[in-house]
Amino acid sequence: MQFWIIQGLNSLSLGGLLFLLSSGFSLIFGLMRLANLTHGAFFMLGTYFAAVALRSYEGLNIWVTAIGAGLIVAAIGGLFERLVLARLRTNPLGQVLVTLGMSFIISDACLMLWGGDSIPVPTPQSLQAPTRLFGFVFPTYRLVLVGCAAGAAIVLYVLMERTRLGAMIRAGVDDGQMARAVGIPVSRLFTLVFCLGAGIAGAGGVLGGPILSAYPGLDADMLPLALIVVILGGIGSLLGAFIGSFIIGFVYTFGTALFPELAYIILFLPMIFVIAFRPQGLFGRVLA
Amino acid sequence: MKISRRQFVGGIAGAGIANVTAPSLSFAAQSNDPIRVGLLAAKTGPLASGGIDMDLSLTMFLKERENTLAGRKVDLIVADTAGVPATARTKAQELVEKNNVHCIIGPLAAFEALAIADYLTEKEIPTLGVAAAEDMTQRHPSPWFVRLTSTSAQCAYPLAEYSAKELNYKKIVTIADDFAYGHEMCAGFQRAFEDNGGKIIQKIFTPLATPDYGSYVAQVKAADAIFLGTAGSNGFRFLRQFIEYGLKDKMAVIGGMTALDESVLRNMGDEALGILTTSWYSAELDNPLNKSFAPAFRKQFKYDPGFYAASTYVSGEVLEAALKATKGNVEDKKALMTAIRGSDAETVRGLIKFDEFGNAIGNVYIRKVSKIDGRLVNSVIKTYPDVTQFWTYDKAAFLKNPVYSRDYPPAKNLEP
Repeated sequence: MQFWIIQGLNSLSLGGLLFLLSSGFSLIFGLMRLANLTHGAFFMLGTYFAAVALRSYEGLNIWVTAIGAGLIVAAIGGLFERLVLARLRTNPLGQVLVTLGMSFIISDACLMLWGGDSIPVPTPQSLQAPTRLFGFVFPTYRLVLVGCAAGAAIVLYVLMERTRLGAMIRAGVDDGQMARAVGIPVSRLFTLVFCLGAGIAGAGGVLGGPILSAYPGLDADMLPLALIVVILGGIGSLLGAFIGSFIIGFVYTFGTALFPELAYIILFLPMIFVIAFRPQGLFGRVLA
Repeated sequence: MKISRRQFVGGIAGAGIANVTAPSLSFAAQSNDPIRVGLLAAKTGPLASGGIDMDLSLTMFLKERENTLAGRKVDLIVADTAGVPATARTKAQELVEKNNVHCIIGPLAAFEALAIADYLTEKEIPTLGVAAAEDMTQRHPSPWFVRLTSTSAQCAYPLAEYSAKELNYKKIVTIADDFAYGHEMCAGFQRAFEDNGGKIIQKIFTPLATPDYGSYVAQVKAADAIFLGTAGSNGFRFLRQFIEYGLKDKMAVIGGMTALDESVLRNMGDEALGILTTSWYSAELDNPLNKSFAPAFRKQFKYDPGFYAASTYVSGEVLEAALKATKGNVEDKKALMTAIRGSDAETVRGLIKFDEFGNAIGNVYIRKVSKIDGRLVNSVIKTYPDVTQFWTYDKAAFLKNPVYSRDYPPAKNLEP
């Protein structure tokens, strides 16, 4: 019993982490049709900011750090989109290559700035004591992380479904050309969404920090996870990213616990099934 | 006889090529050319932490000697392998064929070392290796290769004996990265621990890219201790989660030679205190050479040297001893290799000798994380002298067995 409860909670916390990672990726992919391979690097930047900021300034709050890092990474993402990606609009393959190049630049810059050691991100003081429930122990921070992911999901949902901006983004996702024709500034939306996606990744990197630590190679570890979640959930679908994250969280956690030999492929199995039987993803729509 | 301009140019170019492709034919044994030493180190990518330390400490070693060994200038050529075997292979070739190096130090990871082993043997380049893959000095040794660190399992044996005999641990869980280094170290630990009456009740191997260690931490069975056979950031990340789940209060933590290396310790807090690990080095070693090396390194780079920094420093010391014996003659590669193998050098890790397979025989230290002057260090609590790669086992029988792996020797005491 304890096994199922603990691993269930583990699954939830991993799912929450994955949602913070992949929702931005999904947004960008949905609107811009761009597999942003810099996404893992944006996430890693957030983690490094957290590691450095929280170590240097005692008393700094992780939530403030998350917002700060989110803004900084969003700004970096915005600049990158404006200065580089915008020039390559007609060349989608070139765009993907450029995002890959950018991820190399960021990871090497991190290495130069912060060295090759793994740097821990301290767990917030108030959440360090493990939670004890019915005789079993679980890290409090992981529970809080699930709440963070749920909060982020609600905010994003409201933004996408209940605001004018969200309506414009959805219009752009459904039919970019038509949206342009009726006067929606799609190009500016691209920049905005790219900022937003990068910012969520940066903030997610901060919040994931206490579990993951900042280390060189974090970007490359995270990027495939974002891809898997988004392919599973459906491109451009926020709900898909949310459900997909938790499916992957459960499959991964229970898969590695029950069938350790399958640890390498367990993440890809659900994705393969989805691609075979429902190529648009669980919640993706078939585009006209 | 008149020499046309074309003949002259051709002759010079030909001489140049001959010099590049066949340096061993050079008759100028005592030439004034510098000794060219190649260092293969992963200075970018996930292994960068170790690779950078390898570069820093070897550079420091040479600088202390004003870039002169045995009376000859030394040129150090550092090549970045990025922790990728294919890159290591390209860089090794570049060092040999373009830079024309006389010997090579490194590389760090076993898969890099294996990728270049055959090439370096074919080219007959004396190599002072760091990587731990067992078979490089067991079933497939090369006359051109020595290892100054240890095999994967060499340092695990003493800790296994110590755990069983002095700490009276009965049951231990092992966890390591799922690749040869982790397999070999855990296999060696298991063998020695079970031969001393203990039981390995669970062996966990985690993929190199593991996003979340929570699911593994939650699987750990109740035991006296957990043995970390990890390297680099993964072990560190696992340990943090292990502590977050409150398990450190329930069982002891012990580790292999890289689990709580100085490079890991410098990023840890008091939660690491009391953990026992085993290695052929510690920045705290009390010998005259290390008493000057470790503080000097710390003064310059603001942190303690660990496994990686010590590995290239020891390489430098062994190379210097060999060059002194051959009076700086690096052109005779056979003689240089013989001198390296017979160097018996005093180093920062203590006296090391090489067995007939080229693997170091030297002290192994059991170390305990403690706090001195406000920083975490690995204090030596016990020394096992002159440990060989075969531990107490019979060499011939040892070599007849298959190489250590995930499933060999089989674990008979696993709990369901």
